[in-house]
Amino acid sequence: MTARADGRRTLDRPGRTAFVYRPTASPQEAAAWTRRQVAMTNLRTVVGRAYPRIIGLRRDKSWVFFEVLLPFLATSAFVFVYRALQAPPQYIGFVVLGGAMTAFWLNVIWMMAQQLWWEKSQGNLELYFAAPMHIMAVLFGMAFGGFVMSSTRAAAVLVIATTVYNVSFSVDQWVLLIGVFLLTLGALYGLGMMLASLFLMWGREAWHLTQLLVEPVYFVSGLNFPIARLGVLGSVAISILPLAVGLDAMRQLAFAGAAYPIGTPSPAIEALILGAMVVVFLVLARWTLLVLERLARSEGRLSVRWQ
Amino acid sequence: MSGSPAPTTFAPAQSAAARFAARAQPLAIDVRGIRRVYKVKPKPVVALDGVDLAVEPGEFFGLLGPNGAGKTTLIKILTTLLLPSEGTARIFGFDVERQTRQIRRIMNMVAGGEQSGYGILTVREQLWMFSQFYGLPARDGWNRVDELIDAVGLDEQREQRISTLSTGQRQKMNFARGLLNDPWIFFLDEPTLGLDVAAARAVRELVLAWKAAVPGRTVLLTTHYMAEADELCDRLAIVDHGRILALGTPDELKRRVQRESVFRLELDRLDGGVGGLRSLPGVVSAALAVGDQTARGDGRQTVAINLALVDDGALGGVVGALGGLGAHILALRKSEPSLEDVFVELVGRGFDEDRPADDDQDGRDSRDRHGPGNQGSTDEAREREVEVVG
Repeated sequence: MTARADGRRTLDRPGRTAFVYRPTASPQEAAAWTRRQVAMTNLRTVVGRAYPRIIGLRRDKSWVFFEVLLPFLATSAFVFVYRALQAPPQYIGFVVLGGAMTAFWLNVIWMMAQQLWWEKSQGNLELYFAAPMHIMAVLFGMAFGGFVMSSTRAAAVLVIATTVYNVSFSVDQWVLLIGVFLLTLGALYGLGMMLASLFLMWGREAWHLTQLLVEPVYFVSGLNFPIARLGVLGSVAISILPLAVGLDAMRQLAFAGAAYPIGTPSPAIEALILGAMVVVFLVLARWTLLVLERLARSEGRLSVRWQ
Repeated sequence: MSGSPAPTTFAPAQSAAARFAARAQPLAIDVRGIRRVYKVKPKPVVALDGVDLAVEPGEFFGLLGPNGAGKTTLIKILTTLLLPSEGTARIFGFDVERQTRQIRRIMNMVAGGEQSGYGILTVREQLWMFSQFYGLPARDGWNRVDELIDAVGLDEQREQRISTLSTGQRQKMNFARGLLNDPWIFFLDEPTLGLDVAAARAVRELVLAWKAAVPGRTVLLTTHYMAEADELCDRLAIVDHGRILALGTPDELKRRVQRESVFRLELDRLDGGVGGLRSLPGVVSAALAVGDQTARGDGRQTVAINLALVDDGALGGVVGALGGLGAHILALRKSEPSLEDVFVELVGRGFDEDRPADDDQDGRDSRDRHGPGNQGSTDEAREREVEVVG
């Protein structure tokens, strides 16, 4: 490394200039990557793609209003309803937990599922596909960046609401709680990755579909009430929606000992369901991505400008 | 728009050059019988209709054609973003359909009007993000980005958000992105589209400098700017309706429409008219230029004549004869055909002219329906002054 007058550093390698970075004798040599090169490129892609989301958290502060204060108000409305109805105190906690988890669902549906379609309209998608990394690495990067972003928002809602409404948690199984939380996110973002591929093919309809999915999923996931109250519909939701099963398990674990509506599986069983969802959604995401990449290349859907 | 790119050393890597030359290389681009049909309503569009193309390593190759000719479709196939309906294409021996990973490791692309990236990032961050997609180690990535920012002349915009860049600055940044991975083949799809003269020149200089740095680097440029194709390309293909109509060096293509040497002479006088010139050896035609008898500063008239000769060598006889007639040559220009003339001759219309109503996108060669000729519209553009006398 050589330090420059302006403090930045340049790379010292024989034969290098700004236009010669990695001298290779032939295109064949340049194209022959080792497994390590492939793995490292995918790993770096995850970090690279996560970067805009994480840096955006610092640069664009509007999220404090739109994604912390507004959800807090929505949560507060339910808190006041439960208080007026003199519901058991843990219901306040259920709502607060649901309000915090909203951030992840919104992130998955708006910034994962829709993302590839948005990237296509911006012209990024064709650059992603023209680069040598696996496109799953890009999706993982989006997911990781989204996770960091949403965790900050969820934590803010949780802390503010817990403090304002004096919620007290009672956790007996911390490891299981943390495990369930991480599995929920894994399954949620896996679902987001799968939807991202599908939405790419559905094109403009994806936006309408996203809107269509927001409120019904809130409802059947029991964001503001225990899902057991939904009976059979709740059981169906638990078997297909990561948010529903994850939230139910976290409520059971975060308010241990409190009277909890019966009718849903134990947290351990729900953790297994979540684990299965993680695997299924990730495998499906990879498969749909490969199939749809082929389809998109065949139909000319990777870019807006095609002729 | 900042100034021209910062000076950079572009010395070829000699050892790489020797090694590259030592081994037989497959064609940089080998396209055989490519056809691409888009299934759109109300009827399918044939974007490429049996294209064959061979580009040698190290060539600067151009695809010249009007909008909708099929240039972008071909580039999308070669960059692995689109599958051909029929035919095969290889990049340095790698098949575009099955060996996409290998191709993506050795190529990069930049398109005109490209708005890629995330507005919230600075130029430096945006380029670093893309460097990670090509596997550059994180710190190497930052250093490489800084070098390329200097090389493309964006030093002042280094920490500026990309949403605030001008069109020219943005395109320079796109070029820096395209060079991050040291590609062996660079696809440029109308890269100077929408740029002002200075920015377009800066971009062209960048490409040439990058290409000159390592032997074997290949560029495929699509453009509908003829001067750009003429200036940059070693060879080019003229494309229309998904077909290659002509292929060769710019000079070879221009010679196709120039069967005679055409000169324009401006004289102080010409006693006896142009009749005497017509009988000279090698003179095909000689005519007074209509409306070009102008008054000089001293009030005397000048005479302009258009001369068509069998070749340049016949000019000596004409000059000698004019001297014998007591005429002084005030100016002499040679008219050269442009690539647009070639296009007009091949297609029967100019780049900017709409297609005829019956000229649907079925890939038929419009030469069948339009005769050659019609070179009048480009007379001014193709006239280049080669010598001024008097």
